[in-house]
Amino acid sequence: MDDAAFWHRLQFAFTITYHYLFPQLTMGLALLIFVMKTLALRGGPTADRWNQAARFWIRIFGLNFAMGVATGIPMEFQFGTNWAGFSRYAGNVVGHTLAMEGMFAFFLESSFLAVLVWGERRVGPVGHWLAALALFAGSWASGYFIIMTNAFMQHPVGYALGPDGRLVLADFAAFVFNPWGLAQYAHTMVGAVVTGSFVVAAVGAFYLLRGIHLDAARRFVAVGVVAGLISSVLVAFPTGDHQAKLVAKHQPGARAAMEGRFHSGPYAEITLIGQPNVKERRIDNPLQVPGVLSFLAFGAFHTDVPGLDTVPEENWPDNIELLYYAFHIMVGLGTIFIALMGLATLLLAWRGRLFTSRPVLWALLLAFPFPYIANTAGWMTAELGRQPWLVYGMFRTKDGASPLVHPGSALFTLIGFAGIYLVLGVLFLWLISREIAHGPDGLEAPHEYGVPGGSAHV
Amino acid sequence: MFELWYGIVALMFTAYVVLDGYDLGAGALHLFVAKDDAERRAVIAAIGPYWDGNEVVLLAAGGALFVAFPDALAAGLSGFYLAIFLVLWCLIGRGIGIEFRSHVEEPMWRGFWDVVFCVSSALLPVLFGAALGNLIRGVPLTADGWFQLTLFTHFRPEPPVGILDWYTVLSGVFALVALVAHGATFLAWHPEGPVRAKSAQRVRPLYAGVAVLFPLITVATLTVRPDDLAALPGRPLAWLGMALALAGIVTVFVATARARSLAAFLGSCAFLAGMLGATAACLFPQIVPAVGGSAGPAITAYDAGNTEAGLRTALGWWAVGFPIVVVYFVIVHRVHRRPIRAAG
Repeated sequence: MDDAAFWHRLQFAFTITYHYLFPQLTMGLALLIFVMKTLALRGGPTADRWNQAARFWIRIFGLNFAMGVATGIPMEFQFGTNWAGFSRYAGNVVGHTLAMEGMFAFFLESSFLAVLVWGERRVGPVGHWLAALALFAGSWASGYFIIMTNAFMQHPVGYALGPDGRLVLADFAAFVFNPWGLAQYAHTMVGAVVTGSFVVAAVGAFYLLRGIHLDAARRFVAVGVVAGLISSVLVAFPTGDHQAKLVAKHQPGARAAMEGRFHSGPYAEITLIGQPNVKERRIDNPLQVPGVLSFLAFGAFHTDVPGLDTVPEENWPDNIELLYYAFHIMVGLGTIFIALMGLATLLLAWRGRLFTSRPVLWALLLAFPFPYIANTAGWMTAELGRQPWLVYGMFRTKDGASPLVHPGSALFTLIGFAGIYLVLGVLFLWLISREIAHGPDGLEAPHEYGVPGGSAHV
Repeated sequence: MFELWYGIVALMFTAYVVLDGYDLGAGALHLFVAKDDAERRAVIAAIGPYWDGNEVVLLAAGGALFVAFPDALAAGLSGFYLAIFLVLWCLIGRGIGIEFRSHVEEPMWRGFWDVVFCVSSALLPVLFGAALGNLIRGVPLTADGWFQLTLFTHFRPEPPVGILDWYTVLSGVFALVALVAHGATFLAWHPEGPVRAKSAQRVRPLYAGVAVLFPLITVATLTVRPDDLAALPGRPLAWLGMALALAGIVTVFVATARARSLAAFLGSCAFLAGMLGATAACLFPQIVPAVGGSAGPAITAYDAGNTEAGLRTALGWWAVGFPIVVVYFVIVHRVHRRPIRAAG
């Protein structure tokens, strides 16, 4: 393999995919913890129960946050180590959002994480609620700056071409309020809430099925199912729909490849299932509905939807098959999420029948991995759809890699990450399962830093 | 504007070394001054609420470098490729070690993570010191402003250079001793209990090491970069930094003798800040200096890929963000110094 860019891409893809398993939960959970702390702050007889529920999720949050930080720091550095060509080309623009993330998000998160996890006894109920708010604001701000960085790569705005052929920032406001980015941010954050809701609901369902921690379990299921329904609907409509329309408008090649549409024409059919055969330019074994794609993309059934044949082949995404599957998996799972959470919410509203409906509880328990898959598939759709560009339409991916880092070095570090992340993943799952096995009952606020609260932690 | 941003970037990296330096040093030292679980918990409790925020200063400093001097960041990170990943893996080990440790109350588990935490905390200063040594010595830049260094060649600071030679190894060792000494002054001041006294005993011998190595590394630097000696008379900030560093060392010894632990810690901060400030003042305007025989010139603040307008925009948000960050640090330090309330 003398193509170093391939190894750089593989390493970035591996490390970012692994990394994003953690922030999608912490960003979603930060909102739900804030909801629980708000319910506790209202006072009343259930305040203690909500505080205890929050304490449990703060412990889960802490572990995930640590993994998110540990796997996130390499992402920042890889812009320089592996993608030095890109950093030089676009650093004048994307340097702003990446640096602002540190200044306006990471400091907020890192400062108040210890207060949230260890400081409940020091700061009192209002202070602890504020710490939950700070974590929520910090983690969502962090997401904003990263999305705006990505949005510039997807849909560059606010730049000018410098005399040396590199980009300079021309309009700061246009860049940080990139309309593509605002749509992508809404879609991504709601997607994170889907993951958070499903995980909270799944843990509650697990306790109900086992008949333990019943009071907390009902709270988890109720919060998880209601937030899960709201977020599952929002992630499809309006945010996902809007995002798809933007892709159709600005990245026609990506949109065509996502749908497996090789040829243009009116009354465009939507492919539900089928295997893209790129060599023959067709979908094998297709299950299709005519006209629907035209309607989804442009709002009318007869509209001509351009296929890949309208895009020069050197500008086609370079992995059409994976892009097609990633998009279809995301959309398919999203549809199932709405159905499952809709059913669960109905049962919850029907005098709490959900709490005794074992089949639905089982479904909620077994569903928790799928939002992770859907979020990952969504990012794969966005990033594979952007190919072969690093900055869409302007700068090709192969030109962005560090010019002097050879494949031997890139593979060395990729193997290193694979080993470290395997060990971390195993230990993380073991620690999380211990936390879940211990459960929320009897969790007290920690007395000092580094000494978890709760009686049964031996 | 280019000068101002050079100063801001230097300030951020110096703040990183001073802040994360004490928890790195404390981490490297803690196996030696904290023998049982209660004592190690005291160390972790002392740095626990702060280390994450301190580490973020590194990301913020890197961000400032990226936005202000993207060419320097791109050349530096890709040029030191393998060494940067060693840094990243150590940062992962540290962060995970401190978090995972407290989740399981079991001696084998905790002993393992204590060693991970200690070793990664000790390796990081060596790597940072060696990296700074590399920059001071200069790197073999191509005409396009790139370089690629292997970890070692013949261990001499002359072409073909590697990341490790006698000069950069000496910088790494010096950084380790300086930050462990810095960590000792922190542990002699901050935590309660026996760790404080045991750390206080270590301050003097460690800082004696600093007092020996500091002149040595200064002479070595002037040997490796003789040009700096000629430039020194015109660099008042470098003299100021050196004076601050020396005053810091003296303060550490005097304050330790009088058992004034906070003053000793602040003296240690002044030493690190003065030394790094003097280094930055000597290197200005170079960010990635070229070693003798390079095809290309050094990457300087004036040609590292940004424009006056871009830097002005960045200054706009930086000036908003920086005071906010200072407020966070004040709040966090006040919260964690406050006694615990009875009611949870």
